[in-house]
Amino acid sequence: MVVKFDIQNLNAWFGSKHVLKNINMKIEENTVTAIMGPSGCGKTTFLRCLNRMHELTPGARVSGKVIFNGVDIYDKSVDPVMVRRKIGMVFQKPNPFPMMSIYDNVAIGLKLSGVRDKSVLDAAVKRSLELANLWDEVKDELHKSGASLSGGQQQRLCIARALAVEPEVLLMDEPCSALDPISTAKIEELIRKLAEDYTIIIVTHNVQQAARVSDFTAFLYFGELIEYGPTRQVFENPQNELTERYITGKFG
Amino acid sequence: MDYHRFRFVKDYFMRILIYLALISALIPLFSILYEVFVRGASTINMDFFIKPTPTVGEVGGGVANAIQGTLITIGLASLMGVPIGLMSGIFLSEYSESKLSMAIRFLHDVLNGIPSIVIGVFAYTLITRSIGFSVTAAAFALAVIMIPIVTRTTEEALKLVPMSIREAAIALGIPRWKVTMTIVLSSAKKTIVTGIMLSIARIAGESAPVLVTMGFWRWWFSGLNRPVANLALNVFIFAMSPFKNWVTLAWGSALILILMILIISVAARTLLIKGWHYGG
Amino acid sequence: MDICKKTPTIPNFLNLRVHSRFKGHFRGDEVFKLVSALIASSIFILLGLMIYELVEGSWLSIQTFGLNFIVGNTWDPAISKVFGALPLILGTLVTSAIALLIGVPISLGVGLALSEYLPRRFGFALSFLVELLAAVPSVIYGLWGMFVLIPFLRDHVYPYLQAALGFTPLFSGPIYGGGVLTGGIVLAIMIIPTVSSVMRDLFSSVPNSQREAMIALGATKWETTKIVVSYARSGVIGAIVLGLGRAMGETMAITMVIGNKFQVWPSSLFDAWYTMASIIANELLEATYDLYVSALINVGLLLLIITLIVNILARLIVWRTLRLVRGIARE
Repeated sequence: MVVKFDIQNLNAWFGSKHVLKNINMKIEENTVTAIMGPSGCGKTTFLRCLNRMHELTPGARVSGKVIFNGVDIYDKSVDPVMVRRKIGMVFQKPNPFPMMSIYDNVAIGLKLSGVRDKSVLDAAVKRSLELANLWDEVKDELHKSGASLSGGQQQRLCIARALAVEPEVLLMDEPCSALDPISTAKIEELIRKLAEDYTIIIVTHNVQQAARVSDFTAFLYFGELIEYGPTRQVFENPQNELTERYITGKFG
Repeated sequence: MDYHRFRFVKDYFMRILIYLALISALIPLFSILYEVFVRGASTINMDFFIKPTPTVGEVGGGVANAIQGTLITIGLASLMGVPIGLMSGIFLSEYSESKLSMAIRFLHDVLNGIPSIVIGVFAYTLITRSIGFSVTAAAFALAVIMIPIVTRTTEEALKLVPMSIREAAIALGIPRWKVTMTIVLSSAKKTIVTGIMLSIARIAGESAPVLVTMGFWRWWFSGLNRPVANLALNVFIFAMSPFKNWVTLAWGSALILILMILIISVAARTLLIKGWHYGG
Repeated sequence: MDICKKTPTIPNFLNLRVHSRFKGHFRGDEVFKLVSALIASSIFILLGLMIYELVEGSWLSIQTFGLNFIVGNTWDPAISKVFGALPLILGTLVTSAIALLIGVPISLGVGLALSEYLPRRFGFALSFLVELLAAVPSVIYGLWGMFVLIPFLRDHVYPYLQAALGFTPLFSGPIYGGGVLTGGIVLAIMIIPTVSSVMRDLFSSVPNSQREAMIALGATKWETTKIVVSYARSGVIGAIVLGLGRAMGETMAITMVIGNKFQVWPSSLFDAWYTMASIIANELLEATYDLYVSALINVGLLLLIITLIVNILARLIVWRTLRLVRGIARE
């Protein structure tokens, strides 16, 4: 099993607020890892540390190592822009670019990287939309605005957009929390399909979703990694009492 | 009258005063629009749009050269002023908190409050004294007037772009500066263009700086180092002249000028409204 | 599974990049920051150049007259070639003062009408109209002033004014229609659209909680309105100073109605006079020799200085009162 992320002593702050405390975990390639925990306990911050988005907030600070493909992404010689190309992100609320068409939304990442050839772009857009299970629904309407789709479709569009730049990892921050149950099911199905080729890390506040969708589960409680292991084991035989209480809904 | 009743009388009285103020403010408005339209319309015929300024005493003639000249002047001014205003607005919105930005913003506000005649004198000393009375000097003065307006509207337009759009673009691995110049800029496009159009409408009506940098011109465009005719300035010159046919031309020119400004202003605002329909 | 992320048609340069050319994107951002900062900083150069050019252009006049220029009473380009700007300064200040006296109360009324008194739809439409007025160019106000307002005042207003108040020197003397009072009136009409729009915005942004608190106490509309105005008072002062600045800098409209007569003091409000802005507009193109031109540029420099002082004062006042008001509610 190839280790995709080797996270060592990861700490994060918002100003003086210590949000992530000494996180150590290894994430395997081509798996789905769910990060769960009560609201505000640092799940999103953790995710944003993995693609170097956390540091964009004024006053934010990170320490520790995140070793990806053998390179610490926080090393001084590493370009955060390249990090974000290899580690993509999908956000909680779907945010397609409203002033662009569906086609342009998916193509923009490639266009801005210098890809000009129309046929290459066309193929990439088709591939990405197919990967995101959206191609059949929009293939005749690629020129329509990205914002004209339904919520669930918009989220899949965002997934396609992220996939178009050929990342190796997909970070998903509560991708279904703004969607209805049917769209949610579609996205969960999509995640299982994508896991064959991508490493997926998904933050969720929905315990059942974590159980359904992931191979590994991490339980974060107020910035500390309480438990991490194969999903079945975490759910059927939690090592930590806190974990058990969270899973059984004693607090949330 | 007891105090209680007094309060309500006072309330009623003030209400009347306020409506009176409103009416007295609107009367000149309607008078101006009415007079310009009525007196101006009577001078307008086909010739008006085709012929250039007539010589003194000549009957007829028109403002064709003034329309040409005005368009050239504001076009040239835009070429000078818009890029600087745009870039300044982009800088101010991206690096909003820095000390440099505060200083720049302050200076733009100062420039905004400087009378246009002073800016005209500045352009006069800087350019007219070297090149002579010219459309370049006038365009420069107008560009200086435009810059703070374009800067401010651009900055505000960019600030309105939601964070989520920026984050989505950054997460795609697009460098910060490209995110700003392509995605953020294009999503604020309509608002920015509206701001630019409104600033153009504003300078189209400016005559004081044009007067001191370029002066009156009766003919067509004949070089960047020569003057051109200007609609707003013509209104002034014609009105102050003792020649009857020129005075009538003043009203006609005023009408064309107001229509021009109105069309640009309305177009700018409908662009903004229409923008919201696209993409829902 | 189907095609994976490494489609042969898409160049695979991305995989290599993680380990090489790290500096690439850092540089792009730095360059952008530098270039945009440089362009944005052109404002420093622009304003510096403006001050330099105006001072340089005025130098001859400054050398010749020194500070006497500010208190000098003579403007004689033809014979003695002596120039002094005091009457011009006074003319500017007096006409602006008249403009404020007439314009500010009306602007307050309009601003309140649009934001507090008129029903929504009406208020919206009329606001649009008022803003339209603000877009009317100065020359057109001047044109209207010359051919519509002046005859009207001369025939239907001033005679009665003189009949009633003619015992004071202010309202005595010959009436020709234009002059100081007319100038002030035109300026007032010109500043009303802008000032009242600003006031309308100010009043509209006063939080509703303030109004509701008053209404709950059983206040009348007017009493509630007074509180609204009071809450927004720093902005109101700012708006007034804005109007003052515009009135002082106004050129074309006032040139067309004020009569352009250089005199130490007008004989009455109906007499002609001169302002700093209008003498420049009127005479710069006629100035045939260097000292004349320099004197006019000197007037321009003075106008700039006075305008800057007014603007800075405005900021100080607004900033001061804003600090007091800030505590009450979110802006």
